[in-house]
Amino acid sequence: MQQNILKIEDLSVRFHLPEGVVRAVDSVSFDLARGETLGLVGESGCGKSVTSLSILGLIPSPPGRIKAGCVRFEDQNLLDMNTERLRQIRGRDISMIFQEPMTSLNPVLSIGRQVAEPLMTHKGLSRSEALAEAAEWLDQVKIPAARQRLGDYPHQLSGGMRQRVMIAMAMVCRPKLLIADEPTTALDVTIQAQILSLMRELKEKLNMSLLLITHNLGVVAQTASRVMVMYAGQIVEEASIIDIFDQPFHPYSQGLLKSIPRFGDRRHGRVRRLNEIPGAVPSLIEAVGGCRFADRCPYAFDICKEQLPELFQIRDGQRARCWLKYHPARRRQSD
Amino acid sequence: MTEVPLLKVSKLVKAFPLGGGVFSKSRARVRAVDDVSFAISRGETFGLVGESGCGKSTLGRLILRLIEPTGGKVEFNGQNIQSLGSKEMRLLRRRMQIIFQDPYSSLDPRMKVDAIVSEPLCALQNLSKSDRRRIAGQLVEKVGLRAADLNKYPHEFSGGQRQRIGIARALCVGPELLVADEPVSALDVSIQAQVINLMEDLKKEYNLSYIFISHDLNVVEHVSDRIAVMYFGTIVELAPAGQFSTSPRHPYTEALLKAVPIPDPHRRTEPFPMQGDVPSPVNPPPGCAFNPRCSYAFDRCHVERPRMAAASPQHLVACWLNDGRGLWID
Repeated sequence: MQQNILKIEDLSVRFHLPEGVVRAVDSVSFDLARGETLGLVGESGCGKSVTSLSILGLIPSPPGRIKAGCVRFEDQNLLDMNTERLRQIRGRDISMIFQEPMTSLNPVLSIGRQVAEPLMTHKGLSRSEALAEAAEWLDQVKIPAARQRLGDYPHQLSGGMRQRVMIAMAMVCRPKLLIADEPTTALDVTIQAQILSLMRELKEKLNMSLLLITHNLGVVAQTASRVMVMYAGQIVEEASIIDIFDQPFHPYSQGLLKSIPRFGDRRHGRVRRLNEIPGAVPSLIEAVGGCRFADRCPYAFDICKEQLPELFQIRDGQRARCWLKYHPARRRQSD
Repeated sequence: MTEVPLLKVSKLVKAFPLGGGVFSKSRARVRAVDDVSFAISRGETFGLVGESGCGKSTLGRLILRLIEPTGGKVEFNGQNIQSLGSKEMRLLRRRMQIIFQDPYSSLDPRMKVDAIVSEPLCALQNLSKSDRRRIAGQLVEKVGLRAADLNKYPHEFSGGQRQRIGIARALCVGPELLVADEPVSALDVSIQAQVINLMEDLKKEYNLSYIFISHDLNVVEHVSDRIAVMYFGTIVELAPAGQFSTSPRHPYTEALLKAVPIPDPHRRTEPFPMQGDVPSPVNPPPGCAFNPRCSYAFDRCHVERPRMAAASPQHLVACWLNDGRGLWID
């Protein structure tokens, strides 16, 4: 029924550094349906940002190199495209919002000019037409007195306002897909709530697909309909938002969910000790034979260290990269 | 409670001059901390939450006397720390230490862990080099690193491990009070849990008191015994941690709680009601600083600033909505 707007197959990205080859993204595959919000979660260095940058061909090269894979956007492989054609898609069909609104806006151009630019480039609007439409968009993203502020520069705006400008810039051409990489991480919670509700509202209005990259499990729970958990360059679990919170399968997903303090715990009197995932993320330079989480996993056994598990089907819509699927007794023994 | 509190802050004010150079005649000032009072008892974790620019870090620095206040006083164990000379202040610094947010910039990249951890011992205590090294070795093991790590440099560690080094450094002089300024904000979730658990274990072992400064309500609620919510330089609400989720009294606290995204997809919250930004500190609104964003504001809020009052014995709020129900306190 639903049509996929984006299909990523077997994407692998390497960074060639003096220390060695970093396997930043390893055989990542996923689909994104029209109008869907897909959350990509994981801790720093897990490859979630590199995955999203590869979609638009934004990996700095060198040192980065897309080793293999295919990024299909409406039946065109973006990885085969030349820069010229890619440029026509960037900002028009696919837009991106980054974490740091200060560093991703140009400090020497007025915000009106920056929001108007995609309209002039992609839609061939004249400067005054584009500025008029830019003002409408700044109004849509709830910047007060938008028309008067077209001439303002980024430094004159607060962090939340700058992120609104970024959203307006990303939206002006009514993209089919928006990639938001930690869009609210640099913002205060009250501003974060405003930005998230604004993004949801605009997404509905434009029937846009959203790829939301975040480390914040609260943001995902409130926004996404499906989630992929990444660990050390690989997808370790994929599930609906309800399943990932109610019945996560992969020990890493489980550990992650148990390690967050939840507001309201105090009300029940006893404060539980937070779950720790011992150790740290493995180096992505050395080749690991088995499961990349094996060293930190409470259930790991011999096969985990020897052979990398595939993403096994757990139930309808849920897949996990874990051998426990075939050895469920192991989990019970350790608990 | 006749016992002397470990820390008592009374009517503390810090105003910073605004803009201009040394010769500028501009007298505009920003009151980053504005009339703040509270007390902390021994062994307590006191959480301080608020959004960026609310003055929580400035307050932390005032308590440690890293900056001098414009008015009010800080008493540590009954002693006014502003009255201390530099020698006495040095002695006092053994008893209160700080943990910083950014484990990347708060450790000197050219110093080995050994030197970093034992530096406060050099500065504050007369010990031989081998004694210092022994103490540093014990401490790094206490915070979950290995004694062999003493010979490494900060860049050889991950963010979580660096924060452990920062904690070991703060602990090495045997402090009673630790001011932790966003100690886990720069860390990943699974590492955050490790550091929070470590801080809780150390607190029990050494009977420490913490001032835990953070913008993350989930974390603050988890670690704190009492929480103070700051807005625009003042504490607007102060209560035992358990009361925040059930009965917030200040509209700002309420808004803050509603804004925190709940990690539970079954409880999707309504679109957020509070609009607008924090007001400009140069031109604060008259009356209550929160009135431009408050949905309950009435005439009195626009003219008169509310003071802290007890809504219930343990629960203080600075809001006119609570007037008449409580008692005024000084």
